[in-house]
Amino acid sequence: MTTLIPLVSGDQVAFWICAPIMVVLALGMVIARKPVHSAICIAGVMVGLAVLYAAQDAPFLFVVQIIVYTGAILMLFLFVVMLVGVDTRDSVVETLKGHRIASVVAAVALAAMVFLAIGSRVFDGIPAGLTEANAQFGGNIQGIAALLFTRYVFIFEATAALLITAALGAMVLAHGERLKAKKTQLQEATDRVERYATDGVHPGPLPSSGVFARYNAIHVPALLPDGTASELSVSPTLRARGVIMDVENLRRPSDESHAAIEQASAQAEGDAL
Amino acid sequence: MTSEPYLLLSAILFAIGVIGFMLRRNAIILFMSVELMLNATNLAFVTFSRQHGNLDGQVASFFVMVVAAAEVVVGLAIIVSIYRARRSASVDDANLLKF
Amino acid sequence: MHLLEIVPAVPASGLFSLAWLVIAIPLACAALLIVLGKRSDGWGHLLATVATIASFAIGLLLFVQMLSADEGSRAVSVPLYEWIATGSWSIEAGLLVDQLSILFVLLITGVGALIHIYSIGYMAHDANRRKFFAYLNLFVAAMLILVLADNYLVLFLGWEGVGLASYLLIGFWAHKPSAAAAGVKAFVVNRVGDLGMAMAIFTMLAMFGSSAFADVNAGAPQLSGTWATLLGIMLLVGACAKSAQVPLQSWLLDAMEGPTPVSALIHAATMVTAGVYLVVRSHAIYAMSDVATLAVAIVGTVTLLAGAWIGSSKDDIKKVLAGSTMSQIGYMMLAAGLGPVGAAFAIFHLITHGFFKANMFLGAGSVMHGMNDEVDMRNFGGLAKAMRITFLTFGAGYLAIIGFPFTAGFYSKDHIVEAAFESNTVLGVLALLGAGVTAYYMTRLMVMTFFGARRWKDDAHPHESPLTMTVPLIVLGVLSLVAGLFMNSWIQGWLAPATGGEVHETEVFSLALIPLLTLAVVIVGVAVGWFLHRGDIPRTAPVTKNPLVLAGRSDLYGDALNEYAVVRPVKGLVAGTEAFDHGVVDGLVMGSASMAGGLGSWLRRAQNGYVRTYGLTFVIGVVALAAVVVFGQLV
Repeated sequence: MTTLIPLVSGDQVAFWICAPIMVVLALGMVIARKPVHSAICIAGVMVGLAVLYAAQDAPFLFVVQIIVYTGAILMLFLFVVMLVGVDTRDSVVETLKGHRIASVVAAVALAAMVFLAIGSRVFDGIPAGLTEANAQFGGNIQGIAALLFTRYVFIFEATAALLITAALGAMVLAHGERLKAKKTQLQEATDRVERYATDGVHPGPLPSSGVFARYNAIHVPALLPDGTASELSVSPTLRARGVIMDVENLRRPSDESHAAIEQASAQAEGDAL
Repeated sequence: MTSEPYLLLSAILFAIGVIGFMLRRNAIILFMSVELMLNATNLAFVTFSRQHGNLDGQVASFFVMVVAAAEVVVGLAIIVSIYRARRSASVDDANLLKF
Repeated sequence: MHLLEIVPAVPASGLFSLAWLVIAIPLACAALLIVLGKRSDGWGHLLATVATIASFAIGLLLFVQMLSADEGSRAVSVPLYEWIATGSWSIEAGLLVDQLSILFVLLITGVGALIHIYSIGYMAHDANRRKFFAYLNLFVAAMLILVLADNYLVLFLGWEGVGLASYLLIGFWAHKPSAAAAGVKAFVVNRVGDLGMAMAIFTMLAMFGSSAFADVNAGAPQLSGTWATLLGIMLLVGACAKSAQVPLQSWLLDAMEGPTPVSALIHAATMVTAGVYLVVRSHAIYAMSDVATLAVAIVGTVTLLAGAWIGSSKDDIKKVLAGSTMSQIGYMMLAAGLGPVGAAFAIFHLITHGFFKANMFLGAGSVMHGMNDEVDMRNFGGLAKAMRITFLTFGAGYLAIIGFPFTAGFYSKDHIVEAAFESNTVLGVLALLGAGVTAYYMTRLMVMTFFGARRWKDDAHPHESPLTMTVPLIVLGVLSLVAGLFMNSWIQGWLAPATGGEVHETEVFSLALIPLLTLAVVIVGVAVGWFLHRGDIPRTAPVTKNPLVLAGRSDLYGDALNEYAVVRPVKGLVAGTEAFDHGVVDGLVMGSASMAGGLGSWLRRAQNGYVRTYGLTFVIGVVALAAVVVFGQLV
């Protein structure tokens, strides 16, 4: 088999394609103002990492990276982002004086130190490769399993305990304590009538959204008998967002049609006369 | 292919994670930055594993993933409970522990 | 200097082993009266008097037994128990009953018993009479500890005990601010003397490893001159304070605020003579230092003149007597400062003075008793007829103190004057002068009180005192007259083993130059006193510009001297020290504290609560560590 560029191997190609993308995505994660964008960026970084694992003779980690990180952990992140609010944007105004510059300088200095460390300890050429190590137990997964269940078995047990503890901890932390007994239907009804008696709150269900000839979505308010729009017929969330349809706009085509009909019939009557 | 490029990439990703941790205020993004740093070290582990020709580095990387999973579970639970209490996920708002 | 060999004390046997009862009886009685409180109001004074008389009886038995013993076994030591045992020191509490202390025991318990009896009448109308007797008994017990102790530390215990009793009794009428202040003053001035005593005892413990009289006497000859002088001066400071000698004399005149029996017992007959006792007891130390001995003699001479001066210018009858007491103790000090020659005379004069001065104080109390507690002699006059017994007994005391031939003072004082002349002409002349002034002011007192026109206030109805008061007066009056004659030829030989002195030949009446000279001077003093005060005496003291009188009336400016020489500088020092403490010491402490606080409050700004800042700090640390590792590897 002949290669077009003999010195370039498959893993090099993979690295030089993935590395820039990963760096850009990582920067994107830091810069993005919406948490959702950040989550997507870091998902990309992790996929890229998985590719690099594959390129470095680590097929087991490649799979685990995809399943655990991209599949489980990042989905967890997304759930939380949804819980906290998809729309929230972080302010870009830095409140701590000089913090931004100092942070960047410190991080760059850290990177420089690691670079220096890498540069000062140059490996002697070609890596040893894992062919031999993998062959010992008949494959990469078998090799890792052999290590996990022999040399690292206690650590493995400890991580199991850690995971159980973390799961319990998460449940305890996220658990909302019910402070009052749940209301029965009877109590709900009694409360409703009571509120009506004291505050005059309407005891029945809220009015449904409006139905117009051309529109019946939930952001269309219903009309009261006097022709005004009913605030209660639209969800408070939509009202807060200001996306409620203007009733006059909806009414106008009908009014215009009615007017045209009136006019036409008047004209017809006139003609008849 | 030699190991240096992988290590340099690892260092760069780690530094970006550090910057993200220090600059962002959203607790979720802080966590993402932490995850980024953990992954950067994982890459270094895997690279060293190949460099030295044994599987211990990959095992270490595996353990890091497990611990990261546990950490994320607890951390996100904390974020959720803080958010429930304060209606905010900003770490700057949780600044009562001070002088 | 010729010293008799000191006779070692023999162990106690028979009656002597019960010597502690002399102290224990009044002490137990005092404790009982204080503990029982008001429940013993009805009979407390009687019990206290009986206790003192019992002490006197035991003392008398001991004295008789001692008289019958041969000379070598008269000094008896009564070890009681080991008081303090620490390290290499073991201090035994024990009693020493010897020729010197037995005389004191008899004086204290004898005069004390008489004054107890007198007080029954004198304090009859006082609501706190029982308390008064409890304190009196406490005093008697403490004074007996003082004189019976066989080492300086136990002596110091009694020394402080009499100080306490003196304080309590001077301030007995503490509802009067002047009495309370006088008590405090006596206490404070005595602290100065206590310092001297304490230093002396420390020095003894350091020098001899013991404070027992026997060890000190045995070790004293090996003492270097400087240490002997220092020790002598320290003891003298203690003696000065207790005996109201210049310059620590100022408390005695104020001490007259106490009830008159107290003045008689404590501030005339017994406690104030403790200084003389101390000096005589320490004769072995003074024998080693001419400087200290001379200092004692000078202090005595100065005080005898100062006391006489004050006595000549006061109108308060008790203050005249107080000045006189100072003066007479000055004589004793002078005698004690003359070395072994004078020590016996000092004790002799001490005992006779105890009789006649107690007599006169009680007489003065009797006069006050009859005159509504009036003390100003300008309001007396012509009392000789109104209070005949008081007048006669007082007259006996008067004759004794001026040294009328064959009375007590005639022998004891003349011996001192003679001894002073023998030792140093200047001291002798001054002592002679003092005798003349004594005659003058005592005559003045007699004339102003008992003779001349009646200058009584309208509400005064002088009357003779009850029997409980006159009987002691009579006993003391008789003793004032005859005690000198009895003791004159005997006391020197008796005391010689205890004082280390040599026996002089003394005669009942000698026609030598100095006794005649003394007599002449006394006659001049009496004549001047008589003629100056025979006529009219104004009710208020005449205004005068005579500096001698002015100085005398203001106690020779003793208080002012204390104020300017001690109180003001000490106050200044205290103010300065306080300012230093506040400014420099506190400044340093508070400054360093506020510096640390300021640094802390500046540093705590690092704890701003922002987790991102903490992260930054953490990263900076990591960078620093990485730099160390990386650059360390490069180098």
